[in-house]
Amino acid sequence: MDLDLTPAQEDFRAEARAWLAGHVPRTPLASLETEEGFAEHRAWERTLHAGRWSAVSWPAVYGGRGRSFLEWLVFEEEYWAAGAPARVSQNGIGLLAPTLLEHGTQEQRARILPAMASGETVWAQAWSEPEAGSDLASLRSVAVRTAGGWLLSGQKTWSSRAAFADRAFGLFRSHASAGRPHEGLTYAMFGLDAEGVRVRPVGRLDGRPAFAEIFLDEAFVPDRDVVGTPGDGWRVAMSTAGSERGLTLRSPGRYVAAARRLVALWRAAADPGDTALRDRVADAVVRARAYQLYGYACAAGGPRGAEPSLTKLFWSELDLALHETALDLLGPYGELAGPAGDAPAHGGWAEGFVFALAGPVYAGTNEIQRDIVAERLLGLPKGRRA
Amino acid sequence: MRFALDDEQREFGRTLGRMLGASDTPAAVRAWARGDHGPGLALWERLARAGVFGLAVPEAFGGAGPLPVEATVAFTELGRHAVPGPVVETAAVSVLLARLAEAGRPVLAEAWLPRVCDGGARVTAALPGAPGGSPYALDADVCDGVFVAPGGPDDLFLATGHGPVQPSLDPARRLALPRCGAEPVAAGRAVREAARLAADWAAFAAAAQVLGVGLALLERTVGYVRQRKQFGVPVGAFQAVKHRLADVRVGLEFAGPLVHGAAVALAAGTPGAGAEVAAAKAAASDAAYAAARAALQLHGAIGYTAEYDLSLWLGKARALRSAWGTPAACRARTLDLFSL
Repeated sequence: MDLDLTPAQEDFRAEARAWLAGHVPRTPLASLETEEGFAEHRAWERTLHAGRWSAVSWPAVYGGRGRSFLEWLVFEEEYWAAGAPARVSQNGIGLLAPTLLEHGTQEQRARILPAMASGETVWAQAWSEPEAGSDLASLRSVAVRTAGGWLLSGQKTWSSRAAFADRAFGLFRSHASAGRPHEGLTYAMFGLDAEGVRVRPVGRLDGRPAFAEIFLDEAFVPDRDVVGTPGDGWRVAMSTAGSERGLTLRSPGRYVAAARRLVALWRAAADPGDTALRDRVADAVVRARAYQLYGYACAAGGPRGAEPSLTKLFWSELDLALHETALDLLGPYGELAGPAGDAPAHGGWAEGFVFALAGPVYAGTNEIQRDIVAERLLGLPKGRRA
Repeated sequence: MRFALDDEQREFGRTLGRMLGASDTPAAVRAWARGDHGPGLALWERLARAGVFGLAVPEAFGGAGPLPVEATVAFTELGRHAVPGPVVETAAVSVLLARLAEAGRPVLAEAWLPRVCDGGARVTAALPGAPGGSPYALDADVCDGVFVAPGGPDDLFLATGHGPVQPSLDPARRLALPRCGAEPVAAGRAVREAARLAADWAAFAAAAQVLGVGLALLERTVGYVRQRKQFGVPVGAFQAVKHRLADVRVGLEFAGPLVHGAAVALAAGTPGAGAEVAAAKAAASDAAYAAARAALQLHGAIGYTAEYDLSLWLGKARALRSAWGTPAACRARTLDLFSL
C-alpha cells in the first residue's frame, strides 16, 4: 500500500528522489565516529544544504523548505531508501533546533539555525552527568551569574558527537530551588573550544569516540546563548526531550529502509526451511510497517506528541531486532565489525548493530519510558521503584 | 487518502460503543456459551439497526459498503465489548457473495445479502481452501446459511446441516463441521477468487476485533491494579506491573495503524492488500495475547475464574489468534510488504 499523496507532494517525493540519486556518495563514507569520517559527513551536510535538503521542515529563511510533517516523513523515506549517510547534524537539527524554534529569540534563530543547516556548526548534546543520566533533574553542573552572562562549571558525560563537534547545549543549575530538583535550571549553549572547556573523547563499545566527557571550569556563556528564561531550563528542555524520544529523532523511513535490506538479505542468504529466522525477519518487517503507518497517522493529526515515550520504546527495540536478525542471517560473517572483501552482503549491519545497542539506553532509558507510559498514559500511581 | 478517522467515523464508533456498553454484553456472552442464543440475538438485531452488517455489503444489495475503515471502527468495538456470534464470518460471506456477483453471478447475493444487512438472515462460513480458513464453521447452529468452500475443486456449497458443536477455548465460540450436499451452489475459478478475498476480509475483521479485545483487557487490568492493594499499596504502583502494562500499551498502540492500513489497502483493492491484512492480523493477535497474559497475571487468581468477566476476553484473545490465519501463516505473507 502506498500513501496517496497530492500531486504536489508526489512532485516533492520525485524531486527528493532524483536529487538523492544524483548526490548520495557511491561509496559509503568512513564512520562518523572517526576524525576523517566526521569531516566527510560534515562535507555531506554542506552538499545537502546546497540542495536545500538539510532541514526540509524549517522555514525557508533559515535554509529550509517550509514543508509539512508528512512531507518530512516522505523525504526521510527517500533519504534512507537512497542509502544516504547518517546525519552528523542530527543533534542540532533534531533536538536544539525545535527548542530554538519554540523557546529561542529571533536573534538566536537567525544566528544559529543557518550555520547548523549548512554543517558549519555541528552540535553536541551535553545533558548527562556522571550522577545524572535518566534522572536528569539530579544534575550538578552549575551556571553562576557574572557580568553579561554566566560561568559554567562541572562535568558532562556521554555527550554524543562531542569528540569532534563545535558547540554543545545543556542544562545547568543556576538558581536555588525550593527543593524540587527540576527547578532553578538554565538551558545554555557553549563552544567546545571555549576557554574553560576541556573535552575528553570516550570510546563506545567498539572503541570509537562516539561521545565524550566535557569538563567545564568557569566557562563563560554570554546572555545571548541562554535559551528561554534563566532558571526555567527544565521546561525548555522538555520540548527537546519530546523531540529526542519521538518521531523527529528517528523517522520511520530509517527502519523501512533497514527492513527492506533485511528482506533482501534473507532472500539471498537464508535457509528457506529456517522458519524461526523467517519469523524474526517478518516480525521486523511488520514492526517497520507499523511505525511507518503510525507516522502517517500522526501526520493526519493523530497521536503525534501524545507520548514520545511510546515511540522511543518502539523504535529503539525495533532497531535492535532488525540488526540482531541481520547478524544472525549473516552466519559466520555476522561477527565481522568492518567490511571484508570475501564477506557476502556486508552492508553496515555491524556498525548499525553497535549503534542500535545504545537505543534502549539513551534519551532516557527504556525503563524510565515505561514508567512514563504507565504513569502518564495509563494513570498508574507513582511509586515503588522495586 | 486521509490516514485518520473523520468526525463521522469517530461518532459511529462512539455510538456503537455506547449502545454496546448499555447492553450487558457479558450476560449475552455467557448465555450464548450455554447455547441460549436469545440475549445475543437481541443484541444482533441492535447491531443490524446500527448498520454493522451492511459495512461489507455493496449498496446494490442493501448495504453501505464496502467500507473497510468503518468496519475497522465497528469490529474494534465488537471486540472491546466481547460481542458473541459470527460477526467476522458475516462480513466474509458478504464479501464472498458480492464478489461472485461482480463476476457475473448475482443470484446468491440477491437472495441473501439484503437479509444479512437487516439482520433477517444469519450466515457463517467455513473456507478451508482459502488462506487462514478452518474446517469449522462458527455458530453454524444459529445460522440460516452456512457457506462452505472446501478448496480443491472450486466449489461453493450451502451446508445442509452440521456435526456436533465443539467447545472452543472461548466458550462463546461454538464450532461445528458443516455437512454439505452433493450439489454446489456455485463453481469455477470465481469461487476460489471470491473465497480468497473473503478470507482476507475475515482476517482483517478478526484483526480489528482482537485489537478491541486487547484494548478491553488492558483497560480492565489498569482499572484493577489501580484499586487492588497488596503490601499496603496499589498493585499498580509496582514497577514490574507498570512495565508489563506499558509494553502491552506499546503493542496495542502500534497494531492500530496496521489495522487501519489494512482497511485502506482493502478499500483501494491493491494487490498487496493480503500482506497488509496479514501484518495487521499478526500484530493485533500478538498484542492482544500479550494483553491477555498480562491481564491474567496481574489479576491473580480472580482472573483465573470463569465467574469473573475477564475470562470472556481472555478466551477470545487466544481463540482469535488462531482464527483466520495463525501468526506464523500471517508472518509468512508479510515478507512481501516492502517488495510489492
